[in-house]
Parts: sequence; structure tokens; C-alpha cells
Amino acid sequence: MESCNCVEPQWPADELLMKYQYLSDFFIALAYFSIPLELIYFVKKSAVFPYRWVLVQFGAFIVLCGATHLINLWTFAIHSRTVAYVMTIAKVLTAAVSCITALMLVHIIPDLLSVKTRELFLKNKAAELDREMGLIRTQEETGRHCALWMPTRSGLELQLSYTLRQQQNPVGYTVPIHLPVINRVFSSNRALKISPNSPVARIRPLAGKYIPGEVVAVRVPLLHLSNFQINDWPELSTKRYALMVLMLPSDSARQWHVHELELVEVVADQVAVALSHAAILEESMRARDLLMEQNVALDLARREAETAIRARNDFLAVMNHEMRTPMHAIIALSSLLQETELTPEQRLMVETIMKSSNLLATLINDVLDLSRLEDGSFQLNIATFNLHAVFREVLNLIKPVASVKKLLITLNLAPDLPEYAVGDEKRLMQVILNVVGNAVKFSKEGGISITAFVAKAEYLREARPPEFIPVPSDNHFYLRVQVRDSGSGINPQDIPKLFTKFAHNQSLATRNSGGSGLGLAICKRFVTLMDGHIWIESEGIGKGCTATFIVGLGIPEKLNESKFPVLPRGSSNHVLANFSGLKVLVMDDNGVGRAATKGLLLHLGCDVTTVSSGDELLHAVSQEHKVVLMDICTPGIDSYEVAVQIHRLYSQHHERPLLVAITGSTDKVTKENCMRVGMDGVIQKPVSLDKMRNVLSELLECGHQMSSLARV
Amino acid sequence: MDVGLMQMQRRLAEYTSALFKEGILDSQYVQLQELQDESNPDFVVEVVSLFFTDSEKLLNDLSRDLAQQNVDFKRVDAHVHQLKGSSSSIGAERVKNACIVFRNFCQEKNIPGCLRCLQQIKQEFLLVKSKLETLFKLEQQVVAAGGSIPTSGSLPTVQQPIL
Repeated sequence: MESCNCVEPQWPADELLMKYQYLSDFFIALAYFSIPLELIYFVKKSAVFPYRWVLVQFGAFIVLCGATHLINLWTFAIHSRTVAYVMTIAKVLTAAVSCITALMLVHIIPDLLSVKTRELFLKNKAAELDREMGLIRTQEETGRHCALWMPTRSGLELQLSYTLRQQQNPVGYTVPIHLPVINRVFSSNRALKISPNSPVARIRPLAGKYIPGEVVAVRVPLLHLSNFQINDWPELSTKRYALMVLMLPSDSARQWHVHELELVEVVADQVAVALSHAAILEESMRARDLLMEQNVALDLARREAETAIRARNDFLAVMNHEMRTPMHAIIALSSLLQETELTPEQRLMVETIMKSSNLLATLINDVLDLSRLEDGSFQLNIATFNLHAVFREVLNLIKPVASVKKLLITLNLAPDLPEYAVGDEKRLMQVILNVVGNAVKFSKEGGISITAFVAKAEYLREARPPEFIPVPSDNHFYLRVQVRDSGSGINPQDIPKLFTKFAHNQSLATRNSGGSGLGLAICKRFVTLMDGHIWIESEGIGKGCTATFIVGLGIPEKLNESKFPVLPRGSSNHVLANFSGLKVLVMDDNGVGRAATKGLLLHLGCDVTTVSSGDELLHAVSQEHKVVLMDICTPGIDSYEVAVQIHRLYSQHHERPLLVAITGSTDKVTKENCMRVGMDGVIQKPVSLDKMRNVLSELLECGHQMSSLARV
Repeated sequence: MDVGLMQMQRRLAEYTSALFKEGILDSQYVQLQELQDESNPDFVVEVVSLFFTDSEKLLNDLSRDLAQQNVDFKRVDAHVHQLKGSSSSIGAERVKNACIVFRNFCQEKNIPGCLRCLQQIKQEFLLVKSKLETLFKLEQQVVAAGGSIPTSGSLPTVQQPIL
């Protein structure tokens, strides 16, 4: 045996056991070496690991353990002494490191454990906070509140009319208006803090543990339309206010700040405006509906009235015609009767019949006139006429009656009263005649004085009634006529009734006067239409009376206006009875017509030449002929052309014969055409002797272009 | 006064008023009567005779014109116009009215209507002619007996109420 420094194992080499041990050691070593590797890898990975030193220690410990086990592998077989030495060193080191590590761990492990607990603690805290947050939020919501209280109709209570959440409070809940807290709020225009316990703030049942939040109340003025001025902030002159209450949530730590209060005030003003707008809108819609209804009703009423008026007019027109026809027969036949041989008795009877039928005719005319006057369809026939002549005519008409009654009639026309005036001659005469007629009727003795003058401003002011102040101007003047009589007079109490229709003065003076009672009513209507006024004064029974009226008349323009004025009736003293030697030229293509016109003119004494065509006329006309009469409805002959030719032939006015057209048509066009070609006059067929006479005399008197339109 | 004359005058008056009442004559005739005086004693008769001659000629022309193949309505109208003028000048009212109707048909160019109207006019014309001839005979009788023909209008103008 060689002596080797080998060490012999302790135990005998048991094959199987030895194998297992060998393997286990191998694996242990492997594991022990990989653990530190893993540790290094993961520590490198994590950024934060406070215990590096511990790891190093632990790593060393493991590595050495692994080394020990690894070396142990060699000790299973016979091994040299070197291996044994290495093994021993390794084991010693391992022991040392392990002891140090064990000691270290005693300090470290409690720390690690405490980290874990802290983490757990924080998690719990977070969960708790979440819960509390939820609670607080719900509390916030339930606590915040806004309510609007409106005054009721009676004004004695405030009614809850709006809340933020309707289902919580019944709308209609009321509170008396005169609580001190409410008065305090209403008397200031600022938002004020009020106690949460006041009835306006306590609108939901309080749960015990909640402390109500702060409450602010502000008044909201209820404005009317009249409060709004243009460009102006609405004036707070209203007395009615609504109350807006804002509540902070209960348990809230929030408080109302000053700027928040200001915000609330501004909002309250806007709310006021919005409320007013809504109220105004409602009003206006209601008013519009009402107006529409009224409109419909008015329309219906108007249509009914129109129908009624039309029906009445139709009736009147028909009745008028129907009444006139038999009347004409009566009048015609009774005048015929008068012409025959009658006994005095019979004559008297016939005269009575005539007078009565005349009265009836007057009545019918009056009624028709009055009805036309009343419904406004009446129009005056305005034309130029001779004013002086009107008065003279009235005088002439009334003289016979007056002389029978032995009454003295005096007529005074003021010197400045114009001779010609523009107005409705017929109606003016009717008025004067009626007034004078009444004066004569009611006077048994004495006299009637008629004065007419131009009303000056001073006179006008004293005219009754005082609100009637006519103003004369450049082209018209006011005629004032006063008729004074010394008759039976009128009781001053009866004076207002005089002008009402059909009202009859029951005094015995009227016993024989007859009349319909319409006369004065019609006069009044006419006078009013002529822009005037009529009134009667009397000092009493037996003291006579004075009737006065003022009417407006126009002043006629200069004589070269090319209008055809109406022939004045009363100019009979101007009419030449005999036109002897007047040379007249007649043109008519109809033989019979020619003969008729010639006969007419011959009767008047003229020297007549007749022609039957325009050419003949132009040949025959000469300066000797003073008048040319042309029938202008002859077809085929352009009479207008002839007239133009004559104008051309005679350029000087005083040389040219007067041109007169005879026509059967009544329309305006013909007249206008005649004027256009320069005719001096127009006569309408059928031509009567009087018509011809009047036309000729007018023509010859007034000269060219101022000739008459005989439209009798 | 001679009873016979009075009777004649009465008969004349009755006859005249009947003419007016029946509408055969109108107020224009009265105007013509007024034109008759010493210087012109037969004025009315002259004018009326002129009317008769003229109208007969016109009526013949009208008959001829309407019988044509192509009726010249302008001519027809012109004739009727003449006739209307003449009849209105002497106061033959019915003739005048018939002429007016005729003219309407003429404007419508209604030949059967025109023919009917022409018949009507002829009838009226003959009527007025015979009546006037009778009237003139009566007047001659009265004048021969020494009386005068009443010239104040047989048809009074209706008494209009004062203005």
C-alpha cells in the first residue's frame, strides 16, 4: 500500500445510498447557485428595494451553502487531503455567513411586516372616505332649495307657486302676508338673510338631526304695463311683491356671501320682468280675443243696419214713385177741370182739390228729402246764383199772402252783400221761404222784417250756440238772415222742440196753418249742410219772434271761368221779350226739326235762315248773324268740327256769332265736348218757347262763354 | 155765346185732351201750338204736313232697305234717327217711342225685330196722322164758326211744390 495522503471516508461505500446522496447534493448545489441569480435579476428589475445589504449577505450565504454541497460531492469517494481542506474552509465560511445573516434577519423581518400593515390601513381609510363623500353629496342635494311665493288675488296671503322639486311640496300652500319677516323683506330692495325657521323657509318636513342651511329671501316686484317706460328701467312703484326664497342645503358649511346676495338681487329683478311679460302677454291675448268677438258683432250690426237702410230707401223710392203717379193724375186733371166751364161752387171745390193735392205733393217731397238728408245720401247742388234775386223772389211769392193778412213786409239787403254767390239756390230759397212763411203764418197783424247781411267775426261770436264759430275766408262768406215778426210768439219752453220733426205746436195759432211739422226740421238739416246754424228767439207768447240763420256761401270766381252756371230764375226783368231783327242761323238736317225751331224763333221775332248741313252753314254764316243754332245729334255731320271752323273764321270775339248747340242727350260728355270746341251755350231738347227765350236773352246779355245752360 | 160754338169747342177740347191722355201727342205739340199767332196762323198745320210727307218717304225707304239681301244697318239707322227727330219735334210721342225700340233692334242687327218694329211704327204713324187730320178738321169748324182755338196748354205742367 502506498501511503497517500488521502482521506478515507467515514463510512463504507454503500452503493445505492451513496448514489442518492450524490444526486441530492448535486441538485442542492444547483438550486443554491440559482437562487441568488434570481434574486439579483429581480432586484435589478425593481427600482426600490431598501435592503440591498441584506440581499448581498443572503446571496453570499446561499452561494457558500451551494459551494459546500458541491464540494461534498467529492467526498463520496476517496479524495485527497486538499479537497478535505477546501471542504473545511468552505464549511467554516458558510457557518460564519449564515450566523451573520440570521442575526440580520432578526432586525429586518419586523420592518417588512410593518409596511404591510400600513398599506392595509390606508386602503381602509380610502374606502371610508369614499363612503363619506357619497353621504355628503346626497345631503347637499336634499338640502339646497328655491321657492317662489306669489301673492293671492286677495292680497292677504302668499301662495307657494313654485319649488325646485314639485313632488316634495304641495303647491297651494299659503302663508299670511303680514308676517314681520315678510314685511322686513318687502320693505327693502336687497336680499336679506332670514331665519330658516320662518314659515316661508320651512317648506319641507325637517328631519331632526339636520341643521337647516342659511336662507336668503328677496322681494320680486310684480310690474304692470304702466310701469314700463321706454328706455327706462321699470319704476318700482308697484305695491305687489312676490317672495323668492333660496335655501342652502342643511348641514352645509357654505354661507351666503355678499356678492352672492347681489347676484340674487339681480336675478330677482329679471324674474320680475319675466313675470310681468308673461302677465302682459296673457292680457293682450285676452284683449285680442275680446276685440275679435266685438268685431264680429259690430260687423254683423253694421251689415244689418245697411240692409235696413237699403230696404228703407228702396221702400221710399218705390212709395215715392207710386205716390207721385196718382198725384200727377189728380193735379193734371184738376187743372184741366179748372179750364172748363164750372159753376162757382164747382170751382171752389176744384180749387180746394188742387190746394190739397199741392200740399200732398209738398209733403211727399219733404218726406223724401228728409229721409235722404238723414241717411247722409243727400248732396247740395252747388252752383253760382244771384243772391239778391233769391230774396226778391221770396218777397214776390210771399207778398200776396201777406197783403191778404194786411202784413207789411220789409226787406233789407246790406250794401256789402254780394250779388252772386255759390251754393244751393233751390234749398236756400226753400229755407228762407219756410222761415218767412212761418213768420207770416203766425202773425195776425203788424209786419215782418227781413234783413240779410254778411256776418262778420264779431257777430259770429255772439251767435248761439257759442261753439259754432264759422270763419270766413277768401272764397267764402257767411250770410246772416234775420226774420222778425210781430206775431203770436212762442213760449220759450217750446223753442227746443221746434226743430224736431213732426212735433207740433199745439197752440191755437196753428189751427189753420196746416203743414206737416217737417218744415223747420228740414230747414235745420239744410242749414247744417250749408255749414251754418239756425235758431229762433222769442220773448214769449204775444211778443213776436225772431228767426235767424247763418249759412256759408261761396264767392263766385271771375267771369272768364268756363263753367256754365245755372240760369237765374228771377231774372225775368232781364229777359228780352222781343228779339226783333236778331239774325239767327239754324242748322238741322231734319226737316221737321228745322221747321219747328224756325217757327220758334220767328215767334220770338228773329230773322231766321235755315241750312241743313255743315257746309251750307259755313257758306251761309256771316258777320250779320248774331247767333248760330246747331243741332248736334245729326249723324254724319261733325258739328264740333263746324264750330272749330267758325272759330277759325272769326278770330275776334266781338265779330263771331254766338254758337249754341241743340242736343237731345243729357250726358256730361256732350257738354264737355261743346265746351271744348268753344260753344257758347247748350240747349237740351225738347225746346220750349220759354227755354229758347231765356237762353237767347242770357246769351245776348252776358256775351261769349258766360252763357247759360238751360236745363229746365 | 153760340151754343153750337160752345159745343164744338168742348168737343175739340175733349178730343185734344183724349189725344194727350192716350199718349199720342205730348207737350211738344203744345209748344208748337204756342208758336202759332197772327203772323203765323197756319204754323202748326204746315209743320205737321211737312212731318207727314217726310215720314212717309222715310217709311218707304225703310221698307225698301230692310227688304234687301244685305241690309245696310247704317242707312236704316240713319233713317230711323231722322224719323225719331221729326216725330219728337212735333210731339208724336208713340211714333218716337217706337223709333227708339227700332234703333235698339237695329244695333243688335236683328232683322225680324226690325221688321216687326217697322210695322209698329207704320201703325202708330197712321194713327197719329188720322187723329191729327180729324183734329184739324174740328179746328177749322171752330174757326169757321167764329171761335178761337184754345191755345193754353191742354196738358198742364204738374204743379211742382215751390222749388
